[in-house]
Amino acid sequence: MKVSLFVTCLVDQLWTSIGVSSAAVLRRVGCEVEFDQRQTCCAQPAYNTGYAHEARQVARRFISVFEESKADAIVSPSGSCTAMVKHYPELFAADPEWQARAQSVAAKTHELSSFLIRVLKTEDVGASWSGRLTWHDACHGLRDLNLKSEPRTLIRNVRGAEFVELEHADACCGFGGTFSVKYPEISVAILDQKIEAIERAGVQAVVSGDASCLMQIGGRLSRKGSKVRVMHLAELLAADLRG
Amino acid sequence: MNHLSSETFRENAKAALADAHLRGALKNATTLFGERRKQAAASLPNWEDLRTQARAIKDEVLLHLDRYLEEFVRNAESRGAKIHWARDAAEANSIICTLATGRGARVVVKSKSMTTEETHLNTALEAAGMQVVETDLGEYIIQLAEETPSHIIAPAIHKTRRQIADLFTAELGMVPTEDVAQLTSTARVTLRDRFAAADVGISGVNFGVAETGTIVIVENEGNIRLTTSLPRMHIALMGIEKVIPRFSDTDVFLKLLPRSGTGQRLTTYQSFITGIKRRATDEGPEELHIVLLDNGRSRMLAHPVTRQSLACIRCGACLNACPVYQQIGGHAYGSVYPGPIGAVITPQLMGIEKTSQLPYASSLCGACREVCPVKIDIPRLLLHLRGEITPRKGSLGERLAFKLWARVMMSPTLYKMSAVAGRLVQRIVPLSRAWTSGRDLRPIEARSFHDLWTNE
Repeated sequence: MKVSLFVTCLVDQLWTSIGVSSAAVLRRVGCEVEFDQRQTCCAQPAYNTGYAHEARQVARRFISVFEESKADAIVSPSGSCTAMVKHYPELFAADPEWQARAQSVAAKTHELSSFLIRVLKTEDVGASWSGRLTWHDACHGLRDLNLKSEPRTLIRNVRGAEFVELEHADACCGFGGTFSVKYPEISVAILDQKIEAIERAGVQAVVSGDASCLMQIGGRLSRKGSKVRVMHLAELLAADLRG
Repeated sequence: MNHLSSETFRENAKAALADAHLRGALKNATTLFGERRKQAAASLPNWEDLRTQARAIKDEVLLHLDRYLEEFVRNAESRGAKIHWARDAAEANSIICTLATGRGARVVVKSKSMTTEETHLNTALEAAGMQVVETDLGEYIIQLAEETPSHIIAPAIHKTRRQIADLFTAELGMVPTEDVAQLTSTARVTLRDRFAAADVGISGVNFGVAETGTIVIVENEGNIRLTTSLPRMHIALMGIEKVIPRFSDTDVFLKLLPRSGTGQRLTTYQSFITGIKRRATDEGPEELHIVLLDNGRSRMLAHPVTRQSLACIRCGACLNACPVYQQIGGHAYGSVYPGPIGAVITPQLMGIEKTSQLPYASSLCGACREVCPVKIDIPRLLLHLRGEITPRKGSLGERLAFKLWARVMMSPTLYKMSAVAGRLVQRIVPLSRAWTSGRDLRPIEARSFHDLWTNE
């Protein structure tokens, strides 16, 4: 299957190993991976802050770039950015032409774990990672895309990894895009609940499906001098790939 | 920690975060409510169907609100209720004050009603010379403390048992104790006496049934039963959105409301009040007045996106589920209705000028939408309101930053040239200090994924 990789702007600029790992995992399971150099951002920062006009501008560009792709699917290592693309049709509610184009791009776009499990029916990508780890449900993946069992299934099939459920795994980490800098005190107070739960879990790593949550959680863990590391699901699934 | 303004939300929130008592009380209460709600919802196999059904009923009402209100009024009047229409809070308060003074009332007992909080009725009644007594335990506590409710269904959720004991000792001369039975019985003794003395009882309304003209009110303490039956005059303040078409619809809502609110399968009391007593020997008030309040609701109704805000049944589940509310409580919002639904309703009731911080008081995690018994898409409404706010209240810096951001994101050349869009965004909006006050910042990669892919 031919896949067009949408890495997201965060991964592109701040966490390239997530993009590299995503490509590796997709190739490992037999996909041909392309990367369109014209891609930038999904438009979520503007959409979520209340700048619909700017969000539409950037969304139109995303649609124009990705609708040209001959790939069977657009895959992204982010539940949040994928959910944004799925929101495009609402953004063009008053514009039937763009709405139709938005719909066809949205229908082709998948978050990585969802693509592996729901589309490719692949539950084991052949990764190995040694240690105890837990999973944080990123909100948009969980509530907009309904991803709950998918990442857990993939993690449980990583050889050597001991998976433990996080208390309140589905509670927000407090990131929330511009919320994290508009109300940093509240954002960090919410985050501290997550950090306490992670520490109680006694794990070496906390895994999630969104770089944004991982920046939030990782930034606090590092500030507190914690030894727990943050890892994107793609990085875990690309760990020590066999064959 | 009280009578705060929405305009200072961030400062209010900071003060709340520094209050260890408040945060302890909030954590206990929201966790308990949240867990009970989950269990209660799970006890009904058709929970999702009920939510869908409830929302469909609300949507039907909101599409034909005029018709259902007329039907409600006709049927309530035929059973002897008197109906009054109030355009806004001032009009509602003036109607109620006139009714009560006309009865020569000196003591008014009230049962818990967020709508009377919305109109600030107590202030109006007191200004008209009446003694107003809140008879719901939580409301009574905050009335004694001269505070406002911090939760839709648990007004004193922010108070610890110790704080309540100190309050009762100081205000009611109670022998100091933290024994819950002793605390409630102290309140009960004082309140019984006020019930006996009251000339007028004022309540809210959970549901108004169009088909029969019945008002439905749910509670756990029995104080509503007393408020609506002991005094000779009962006045009910009802938002116009509270009407439901058929009596059988109460079956759906009475399954959803207590489970979502307190996690109960049924509240201890459900009062169905249809008109006044028919014979002199019957019990109950001689007069029933229902005041139908608009106060911005028809404006909310007019807009196809915001209309769904009126489906709210005021269960408070979204407050308990909200990570922001869990940390800061209700007072920080500086509005009568706090939490996610408050952040949606308040700007619509009061206008966005003074409430523009509230729709941003959310990480858009969607937990509120997940628990809402009538499936209100609160994150969507918050986004809609943010879209109304930015052109009028967004700072010039932010507006320019997003214009520039869009320019950069639309051009691969600019995007690549701006060595790193992240760095740029950090520079034009002063994000970085706000971020690094509590978290380390992830360094920007030396080579972007675009570069890595090119050189692969």
